[in-house]
Amino acid sequence: MRGPGGGTEDLPTPRPGPSQDTHDSHDAAPGCASCALSTGGARLARLGLAPGRHDHVVALAGNPNTGKSTVFNALTGLRQHVGNWSGKTVARAEGGFTYGGARYRLVDLPGTYSLLSTSADEDVARDALLFGQPDVVVVVVDATRLERNLPLVLQIRQITGRVVVALNLVDEARRHGLTVDARHLTRELGVPVVPMAARRNEGIPDLLAAIAQVAGTEDAPAPLRLVHKDPALEEAVTELAGRVAGRFPGVPNARWVALRLLEGDPGIEAAVRDGTLGELATPATPVERAG
Amino acid sequence: MSSDLLDDAARLRRALPDDVGDRVVESLYTDAARLASTSVDRDDARARLTLDRALDRILTHRVWGFVAMGVLFFGVFWFTIAGAAVPSDLLYVLLVENGHAWLRDVFVAAGAPSFVTGLLVDGVYLATAWVVAVMLPPMAIFFPLFTLLEDFGYLPRVAFNLDRLFARSGAHGKQALTMMMGYGCNAAGVTATRIIDSRRERLIAIITNNFSICNGRWPTLILMGTIFVGAVVPPGLAGVVAAGSVVAVVILGIGVTLAVSWTLSRTVLRGESSVYSLELPPYRPPQLWRTLWTSIVDRTLKVLKRALMMAAPAGAVIWLIGNVHLGDASLAAHLVNALEPLGWVLGLNGVILLAYLVAVPANEIIIPTIIMLTLTLGANTVGAAPGVMLELGDDAAVGSVLVTAGGWTLLTAVNLMLFTLLHNPCSTTVLTIWKETRSARWTAVATLLPIALGFLVCASVAGVVRAFG
Amino acid sequence: MTLDEMPRDRRGVVTALDTRGAERRRLMDLGLLPGVSISAELRSPLGDPTAYEVRGTLVVLRGHQARTVHVELEDR
Repeated sequence: MRGPGGGTEDLPTPRPGPSQDTHDSHDAAPGCASCALSTGGARLARLGLAPGRHDHVVALAGNPNTGKSTVFNALTGLRQHVGNWSGKTVARAEGGFTYGGARYRLVDLPGTYSLLSTSADEDVARDALLFGQPDVVVVVVDATRLERNLPLVLQIRQITGRVVVALNLVDEARRHGLTVDARHLTRELGVPVVPMAARRNEGIPDLLAAIAQVAGTEDAPAPLRLVHKDPALEEAVTELAGRVAGRFPGVPNARWVALRLLEGDPGIEAAVRDGTLGELATPATPVERAG
Repeated sequence: MSSDLLDDAARLRRALPDDVGDRVVESLYTDAARLASTSVDRDDARARLTLDRALDRILTHRVWGFVAMGVLFFGVFWFTIAGAAVPSDLLYVLLVENGHAWLRDVFVAAGAPSFVTGLLVDGVYLATAWVVAVMLPPMAIFFPLFTLLEDFGYLPRVAFNLDRLFARSGAHGKQALTMMMGYGCNAAGVTATRIIDSRRERLIAIITNNFSICNGRWPTLILMGTIFVGAVVPPGLAGVVAAGSVVAVVILGIGVTLAVSWTLSRTVLRGESSVYSLELPPYRPPQLWRTLWTSIVDRTLKVLKRALMMAAPAGAVIWLIGNVHLGDASLAAHLVNALEPLGWVLGLNGVILLAYLVAVPANEIIIPTIIMLTLTLGANTVGAAPGVMLELGDDAAVGSVLVTAGGWTLLTAVNLMLFTLLHNPCSTTVLTIWKETRSARWTAVATLLPIALGFLVCASVAGVVRAFG
Repeated sequence: MTLDEMPRDRRGVVTALDTRGAERRRLMDLGLLPGVSISAELRSPLGDPTAYEVRGTLVVLRGHQARTVHVELEDR
């Protein structure tokens, strides 16, 4: 019934919050002057992921209706309205927070089931994660519907290792007789999994600590390497991944890019053609980004 | 130079089966399912969600589903109408009666020139005071109630119940959801159509969103229903009948939405329907206090702020056109006289049409504008002193002013309710439609189609009533 | 049989999805994979669509979508 900003006068752009800086995706260049990604600055700005005056950029991803907006609100202190249905938040919200002396910029990505570009929202989320290279990707996951949420987590893990999984709604899961083994998930996914109930503000400190840990680390886990059961496919992926790595040395997720190319993903093909993919070859570590 | 990489990809792709994409997705989902099954311990006895399912059986029942839908929405309106009466009267006495008189005395005592007092006190202040008195109480009740329904998880059930109607009319299944967003604010509803992927279906959703009564229009409906429709029946039934009349307009709006969607999808916006998906989320116990707090702070006060910002200049305009004289009559009188024939054809009047012109920026100020214009002009007509407005204590008094000074009948009120449903979107919504479509043509269609329908419907109703009445 | 024919008091296992591309992906997004257990829970009061229970969530499918999902009835 109501837009993400909450009022009428500030639609359709999300409302800037009280404690955040109000620059939007168009004027984020200054902070990039000294960063290693200067060539990619314009693109980052367009993706809304330029760090600006912040130390780290955190992207918030997740399925629709997983409590993503609640987590966003809990982290930033903003009050984006949260309804109980899919697709509630339509415009992208941005906020900021400070933790352990570092300034974080939080960018809310559209809620999607996957990154396979079957819709405009999925393209936006995919581009932001792949080309924006945020320092941390927080994937909000609904503990009551893990099967439905894990495909997105796996896809994001194939792109990057700088991931924190926010296992939200554990209170509701408990009510429904479900127990989720977060330690097991952490082992399997290779990234921190933080159980939480964002509506009750439970687990937020743990989430912040995990974000800070991933943001501060120099050696995040490598992107997840899924082995395909189909031998022909596996062979093709391996071969093409080798060529991707040869053309764009240092690209962190060559296998994922290869798979997307094999599927004929137009967005990735365009990135190969115009060389955008090459920009990913320079790893953007938090140290280089600090403005 | 990079294109040889694409060539390699194309060559490798040719060697693979052509459903490779589907297979990759399937293996991904299979992996996810395996990982989930090893991570989740399910206590099957409780996993049945028995309460949720029992509730769903009622809320989506063949008969009770629609009864529940009617009762819930009717209940929201009835609570709003019944609950807003007393605080509205209090605010009226405080701000309009006493506040206005007090402020006038202050200005006079300070020796302010009469046109300054008129413009600021009788124009700007009075308009904003009216907006607060008329709008704040219903909004402060309506928004939290609707938000509670929303947070509870009821809206997807409504979409589920009504889906077949939307499917038949060629609209996207999610249009039911954007329609309900529109009940809060059409600009928000138009933005929400981004959840619809296909441009064709999205345009249908955008054009028809205006047929969802937005928060700027609820007070007009509620006030008309209370003063005129409710007054036709014995006092004991008045509240119920008033709420029923509002619900009737809402249902009519859904009907118009479906009819216009049907027409568009079979004429200018023909095409395939896109992939449908909807989930029914588990019911979540709403957080009462947080909902009250956020819907009052975020929603009510924001909308009120916007209304006040629009009402202040409108108040100045009303005072000016009421007090600047051309020849023997005020500017407002000239305008009203010019609009009167059209107003008569539509079963409305010149004052209402002029109010809609003054209030193009925001629907919220329609009623205050109408009342102030009626009083400004009516004072001369009826020969009462300009201070007559100070005797208006409650809704009934507002009604008697409209009847005696404005010459309103039940037809005027009913047609105003219809016109409230069927007229151009407010300027904010038009701007949002332009931003979302980037098309002057579709923005024009979305703006002009409702008003054309409004003229047609109001003129027909007026014609029929006059022929038989 | 296909999902739209499944009786309401029975559970079934998805055996195949007879569709491709975006529609197939959307079904899998919603959790409909070969091997998953499914039951028809609620029918819309107007007859279509139907809400199915898949792994504890309620997924709504229109008739033409349900016809592309092949199921095998589970033993009672």
